[in-house]
Amino acid sequence: MTAVDAPRIGEALGPAPARRARWLVLAIPYAWLLVLFLVPFFIVLKLSFSTAAVAQPPYLPAFDFSDGIAGLLDRARQFTVDNYLWLTDDALYFRAYLSSLRIAVISTILVLLVGYPIAYGMARAPRRWQPTLVMLVILPFWTSFLIRVYAWIGILKKEGLLNQLLLAVGVLDDPLTILNTNAAVYIGIVYSYLPFMVLPLYATLERMDASLVEAAADLGCTPRRTFWRITFPLSLPGVVAGCFLVFIPVTGEFVIPDLLGGSDTLMIGKTLWAEFFSNRDWPLASAVAVILLLILVVPIVLFQNQEQRRAEREA
Amino acid sequence: MTRASRFNVVSVALGMAFLYLPIVLLVIYSFNASRLVTVWGGFSTEWYGALLHNEALLDAAWVTLRVALLSSTVATVLGTLAAVALVRFGRFKGRSLFSGMIYAPLVMPDVITGLSLLLLFVAAGFARGFWTIVLAHITFSMCFVAVVVQSRLVTFDRSLEEAAMDLGCPPARTFMVITLPIILPAVIAGWMLAFTLSLDDLVIASFTTGPGATTLPMKIYSQVRLGVTPEINAVCTILIALVTVGVLAASIVTKRREVERRRAERLAAAIP
Repeated sequence: MTAVDAPRIGEALGPAPARRARWLVLAIPYAWLLVLFLVPFFIVLKLSFSTAAVAQPPYLPAFDFSDGIAGLLDRARQFTVDNYLWLTDDALYFRAYLSSLRIAVISTILVLLVGYPIAYGMARAPRRWQPTLVMLVILPFWTSFLIRVYAWIGILKKEGLLNQLLLAVGVLDDPLTILNTNAAVYIGIVYSYLPFMVLPLYATLERMDASLVEAAADLGCTPRRTFWRITFPLSLPGVVAGCFLVFIPVTGEFVIPDLLGGSDTLMIGKTLWAEFFSNRDWPLASAVAVILLLILVVPIVLFQNQEQRRAEREA
Repeated sequence: MTRASRFNVVSVALGMAFLYLPIVLLVIYSFNASRLVTVWGGFSTEWYGALLHNEALLDAAWVTLRVALLSSTVATVLGTLAAVALVRFGRFKGRSLFSGMIYAPLVMPDVITGLSLLLLFVAAGFARGFWTIVLAHITFSMCFVAVVVQSRLVTFDRSLEEAAMDLGCPPARTFMVITLPIILPAVIAGWMLAFTLSLDDLVIASFTTGPGATTLPMKIYSQVRLGVTPEINAVCTILIALVTVGVLAASIVTKRREVERRRAERLAAAIP
């Protein structure tokens, strides 16, 4: 409770109704997120210790308090870590986690390499152009993710537009196979996540004090050295924010590897989807989700802290 | 023109081309007379005509629209409340958990959100379908609304609110009469973001849906897996056109309001 707000609101309305209104403003979204965001994770955790069954829903519960003590003991005997043993046993899952992380790291670096020059160019563009440029970067973000991924299928496939162009120009004699390879997955990720990198980068670069760069140049610093000694270090908050916004969702990405990747593109989001929808093994899918969450929990917490600090700095 | 600025122009131009070329090509090929999507066979609008007779697709579009309208509206109310709590309530008990639950869904992989919500609905014994998709969409999009509204609230000049309350205006009325009109552009932007996120979502809807409720992205996805067809290009083009018109209209309206507000401020400052 802030000491500043309470008396002022109290004066106007009397303390009791004001406090009740404040309580409601907080309690409604809080309760919603507790029930629909936090509680579900515990259900996933619980289910990951259950046994799959041919039933509706397709699992035997691990604990159920409605059965009383005897039932609970009976259930406790069914408590199983089989799903996790299964995950560690089968190299496929391990490889899927590793491959997801590798794809996420490489594509985050690629998005940064592609996004930085764009954000830099935008921040150095004439002032009156900047709102339009920002708008142009945001606009594709508003159009459907699925549509943007789909658009690349027509470009990348064997008889697609890219191959047609390259063959017509005479660069190639035989069409390239890009669709259904990891290269297509990287292209799709860089394309879809580019705005998430460009916007935070632009925000820090645009706020940067231009006189620092001028001072460095006046003191005889070469442009390249100025960039690495002044501009880049000052833009690091944007780099970090952009990398989190790309890396975390990409690790669990499903649509891009599924539509653009091949059968050998291993990503954990695809594995989870297959376990759930094709094999109908909900407990195993939950165990896959729990481990994915454990991998991502450190970056997610770092991201939250950074966002919180940013919000407080602005305030 | 210096070397550095030429580099800037080229990188921005290439970046924009990269962002827009695939979308432009998709739109062009939706007017292709040939069924072979990548071979140009002349201009035609027959695929748009064919859409009107595709009942399953129209049904899916209707479901998607209703889900998006409902979920974005509720998410805007909840997200705005959450933003007010985050910015105005200082340090309260459980604040870090609360802000954690606001920021985490922004980056949470869809497969995890979808699976966990589905398991909640099964555990609670909800009949899965239209309403479970709505609940799921409210949950993740309210966080986006909260972040958008929060960024407006932190730059808000509180003296206006304080003046109203000093003059005896009760807090709830102050919020409706002073605060809400000022943060309205952010609230509308939040609503639009929630709406398009809902329109766009494939993964979470696939997990939380039940028999009878198929959304447009689910329909598009199942057809895309079978291959690229001009009908899908036509559907996508219509969606792109709707979103583009909506976003541009909103930004023009916001800009005009901003200009008017500045003019009013200048006028007010000119009065001695």
